[in-house]
Amino acid sequence: MSITISAVRPRTSILDKSLSRGRGEVSLSCYALLFSELVQYCQNRVYTVPELQNKLAEMGQEVGVKFIDLLFVRERSYKREIKILNILLFVKSTLWKALFGKEADKLEHANDDERTYYIIEKDPIVNKFISVPKDKGSLNCAVFTAGIIEAVLNGCGFPAKVTAHWHKGTTYMVKFEDSVIARDKQLEDR
Amino acid sequence: MSRQGTRLDTKNVNSELFTLTYGALVSQLMKDYTNVEDVNKQLERMGYNIGIRLIEDFLARTGSGRCYDFRDTADKIQMGFRIFLGVTPTITNWSSAGDEFSLQFESNPLTEFIELPDHCLNLKYANVLTGVLRGACEMVQMEVTSWFAQDQLKGDTVTELRVKFVKRLEDAIPAGED
Repeated sequence: MSITISAVRPRTSILDKSLSRGRGEVSLSCYALLFSELVQYCQNRVYTVPELQNKLAEMGQEVGVKFIDLLFVRERSYKREIKILNILLFVKSTLWKALFGKEADKLEHANDDERTYYIIEKDPIVNKFISVPKDKGSLNCAVFTAGIIEAVLNGCGFPAKVTAHWHKGTTYMVKFEDSVIARDKQLEDR
Repeated sequence: MSRQGTRLDTKNVNSELFTLTYGALVSQLMKDYTNVEDVNKQLERMGYNIGIRLIEDFLARTGSGRCYDFRDTADKIQMGFRIFLGVTPTITNWSSAGDEFSLQFESNPLTEFIELPDHCLNLKYANVLTGVLRGACEMVQMEVTSWFAQDQLKGDTVTELRVKFVKRLEDAIPAGED
């Protein structure tokens, strides 16, 4: 009798296959309906809007973490970013293109706070078919995307808090930790 | 509903976003439920909800009418997979009575990047698809049931989704009115 170590004999592991070029597509209706199920599922397990947003953001983070490796291996030949501006541009263009097939509409720096940046998207895909009920006015399901961004930034060594707001469409507010700003200044000095 | 001259939106989404979003959903379910069977059931139910709405999109896009027989249905299901998921499964293994067939997938956008850990072997990862088929067919007065006969995630060479015709639904009451 042989000793079973794993119940499944792996044919090939993921790492044996070459990385796909990421050109595959599914229809928007398919994605919208899946996202709708995801939102409904989260909603059924919480009581308040903030709780729901947290839950959606958590799910987004799961997605974001996985996109980091995928994109840096595929698009950037393993080179990571070390400066704030570059990582933000990476999010605005590379990440956005991979996720939504286009760049984000705008990237802005807050006038009054050097830690804060805004990524503005007029019409996020995830919100396309969502009408927010009156009693949940503050809910923006794009917090899911905010979760993705947050996970990417954190995973790249730029700890930040990312939130989604109804402003010029949807605005993602990226607030970096102080340490990130301090480090960036050091880099500038050199 | 649809205005004259409005072109149907045929926009697509990157399949990796889709794959990973589905993955996040499944792993959340695995965290929330202790029993894997419950996860399978939940996925099927979500699929059903998707199916009953997706069929409308399918009819609008293809303008297809009533099916002549179950083989016709099989072709349309195959077309549905091509339109919505961008994959074309092979239709094979018809039962002699013509009420059962298999869809074979070489690849499946839902399971890209996926490896099942040992403690999840009972998880039917792509079970959402069985729900989608049930929901979609129910809306056109057909009861079907489907299950995974083979699964690449479990070491099989192909993924095989077996679809069985159960009965024609007569005088169906619209969903939510019973």
